[in-house]
Amino acid sequence: MADIDTREAVYVTDTLIAEDIDAYLVQHEHKTMLRFITCGSVDDGKSTLIGRLLYDSKMIFEDQLDALTADSKKVGTQGQEIDFALLVDGLAAEREQGITIDVAYRFFNTEKRKFIVADCPGHEQYTRNMVTGASTADLAVILIDARKGVLVQTRRHSYLCHLIGIKNIVLAVNKMDLVDYDQAVFDGIVKDYAEFAKSIGIESFTAMPISGFKGDNITSLSTNTPWYAGPTLVEHLETVEVLSSVDADKPFRLPVQWVNRPNLDFRGFSGLISTGSVKPGDKIRVLPSGKTSSITRIVTFDGDLEEAVAGQSVTVCFEDEIDCSRGSVIAIADNPPQTADQFESTIVWMADEALIPGRAYWLKLGTQMVSATVAEPKYTVNVNTMEHMAAKTLDLNAIGVAEVTADKPIVFEPYAENRALGGFILIDKMTNATVAAGMLNFSLRRSQNVHWQAVDIDRTQHAKLKNQKPAVLWFTGLSGSGKSTIANLVEKKLHRMNRHTFLLDGDNVRHGLNKDLGFTEADRIENIRRVGEVSKLMTDAGLIVITAFISPFQADREMVRGMLQDGEFIEVFIDTPLKVAEARDVKGLYKKARSGELKNFTGIDSPYEAPRNPEVRIDTTVLSPEEAAELIVNTLLGDA
Amino acid sequence: MKTLTHLERLEAESIHIIREVVAEAEKPVMLYSVGKDSAVMLHLARKAFYPSPPPFPLLHVDTTWKFKAMYDLRDKMARESGMDLLVYQNPEAIEQGINPFDHGALHTDMWKTEGLKQALDKYGFDAAFGGARRDEEKSRAKERIFSFRTSSHGWDPKNQRPELWNLYNARKARGESIRVFPISNWTELDIWQYIHLNDIPIVPLYFADKRPTVERDGMLLMVDDDRFPLQPDERPVLRSIRFRTLGCYPLTGAVESEAKTLPEVIQETLLTTTSERQGRAIDKDAGGAGMEVKKQQGYF
Repeated sequence: MADIDTREAVYVTDTLIAEDIDAYLVQHEHKTMLRFITCGSVDDGKSTLIGRLLYDSKMIFEDQLDALTADSKKVGTQGQEIDFALLVDGLAAEREQGITIDVAYRFFNTEKRKFIVADCPGHEQYTRNMVTGASTADLAVILIDARKGVLVQTRRHSYLCHLIGIKNIVLAVNKMDLVDYDQAVFDGIVKDYAEFAKSIGIESFTAMPISGFKGDNITSLSTNTPWYAGPTLVEHLETVEVLSSVDADKPFRLPVQWVNRPNLDFRGFSGLISTGSVKPGDKIRVLPSGKTSSITRIVTFDGDLEEAVAGQSVTVCFEDEIDCSRGSVIAIADNPPQTADQFESTIVWMADEALIPGRAYWLKLGTQMVSATVAEPKYTVNVNTMEHMAAKTLDLNAIGVAEVTADKPIVFEPYAENRALGGFILIDKMTNATVAAGMLNFSLRRSQNVHWQAVDIDRTQHAKLKNQKPAVLWFTGLSGSGKSTIANLVEKKLHRMNRHTFLLDGDNVRHGLNKDLGFTEADRIENIRRVGEVSKLMTDAGLIVITAFISPFQADREMVRGMLQDGEFIEVFIDTPLKVAEARDVKGLYKKARSGELKNFTGIDSPYEAPRNPEVRIDTTVLSPEEAAELIVNTLLGDA
Repeated sequence: MKTLTHLERLEAESIHIIREVVAEAEKPVMLYSVGKDSAVMLHLARKAFYPSPPPFPLLHVDTTWKFKAMYDLRDKMARESGMDLLVYQNPEAIEQGINPFDHGALHTDMWKTEGLKQALDKYGFDAAFGGARRDEEKSRAKERIFSFRTSSHGWDPKNQRPELWNLYNARKARGESIRVFPISNWTELDIWQYIHLNDIPIVPLYFADKRPTVERDGMLLMVDDDRFPLQPDERPVLRSIRFRTLGCYPLTGAVESEAKTLPEVIQETLLTTTSERQGRAIDKDAGGAGMEVKKQQGYF
């Protein structure tokens, strides 16, 4: 066992297992669970501490230990001693670099609890991993090397834990063996940390002097620190209150995952209770509809329940047949959550590609999925100094505060009150990657205050009078591809057929409605958004709208598609190769772009994302403008 | 207010994950290997959708070399749960007569790794539940609950999505698929205890009994049928044995044991000092990174 000190390495459970397995099983059955994260830099002894906790609760088996001893000789950083870091580090590439680069989850038991440890890295570029690990944690252990004291990393880790809302913070002053267990060193570090903690709003923390390597104050009080009265790290972990019992005291909320309908006689709503508790007979309200009913049954495989609490997955039935589906939230009737579509949010950016303000992303919150845009951040936070800084966007690992606008109201609660209804992720619509995590702070305007004006003559009647089905023919293609020419022909044809149409042309719109916009990425997105909204109003008026804009980004075209009714958005891709368009150069723009006179020109120094599945694709190297117009009109009317 | 026990929290988390997949995936399937982890996963799926049966089929990627008792339980559980059972055997492996005695690592590769890819492609499943746990092996500790695979079933450990709170991003492009591990956070002890508390049927081979065995390369192998080629000097001996993990019978080492009840099995498990996967040959390939390499190749 080389130099690992195993004096404190046994729990009394071994005897119980051997002598009375049934009694042990009863004890194990009633254990609660605590999830925590450990934060520290590479040299703080974090992996050693975790290795120690696993070792002490017998989660390392002999064969693993043998492999570890062999590995330690090969790549270990502890000389001939056993390197616990190798036990908890996983992927091959990381092992070669000797650093942990991801979140790893470890498990151990004591007599009172089961523990899940999220092992989080300390490097700045891995903020995303730490936030991920912290999002499910009840508690954080912040490790400090007693020789080094409070470092920039310590501040960063503490800030991130506080940001994610972890209330229980343990300041583990590690490697006390290397400072001769000197109380003055410990006290000095605690004092420094207390000042810093107060400055960022951490209300309390528990400090303890430990040595992960030697085992001091981990499972039992160390004789090396007679000046420390306890608790030990494990004692503290065993007794601290877990999140789910805090959540149980809040108002009842059940985000609906799935409607259970095996036959006509049964209709249940399944989900995980995020806060509060519920009993049959309770009056409930379903959001966002606001309809009320009461609970008749709480159904489980093991029989109906008298009561269910936060953290349980259940299926409930209602007294009345009211609308309720995936994305709805079932809440206690007299204290429901709010609905809103605009929020101030704190966002942690997790993708290599930076935030594009104004672009539509998928936003997933609980079981709700909506399309949402993020405005330019109000500020970003320097995680090392906590300073607020001005920013135009959010890069990988940036943390910022920004306005988020959803395309329809969502049921929410501020993150500080309810993690499940306040925490969200943003998903890139093109790559499907999870690009950000966010926390809703508060709504900027309650949607219930913005009413839709009810009108007697609605869109159906407008369309009926015109004897046509409204639609948007959305032309997209490079500058000079022939969009305007073909669009013009299409409108002429439709007009001759007595269709009511309107052609929105890129250049014309920029002379009026959008004359305040330039050609940066953000402005181009806003340009398209406005044209989308105008098109939407025109389809409400019953018109067939024809638009001719370069509209180079797939996400923006999809945003417009999302604004319209199903089937009304017809994407027409005018497919002209760059070479051909540039050779035509009707307006002389390519020449200017090539000479650098014109910036952000699509196809030259700004990308064009071709549609993946356009409703119509026109190859202008094969079809004449007249033939193209014919094809488009046929597609439109064939559908109508 | 009542504080949930660790098993109640684990159960709720697993049910939540299974329901999310059904709500968001187009064509999910549950990989069913008939082992104890599969037994718990299937039980959780039944709980998740009760009183409906789970709205997806079970898929058994068969190697034709499993223990007889496993085939019996598999068919019984499919009937009892009201789920469709799909059994897939790699036709190339059948044709070439791939077997664990003559073909070594190729056996696992052809029947399991290739067989799984072929089965997923054949039926067009876009999400597959698997019963892997993070405590099994250290590269598993970093695996996400939703693990994305390219259209060629590759796994890129550097390009996995972060999982925050209990929010899972199940969106994917056509052709891509997800492996979902709903019991990621369970330990071996949790599995045993849950089986005990919920009275979940498991293969009798997990309990000790007198069975015909031979000792070969330091492993105790059970002679489960007459396809087992005995060496000239080998004679099956009746020993009281049980299995900690179940796979193809010629590749799965037994342990000598007298544990005939679940509490006794749990007791023995807790007091032994060798880890569960040691009975399988697969982790020892390619140095310390055996499982990682396997996963990048598409092994579950």
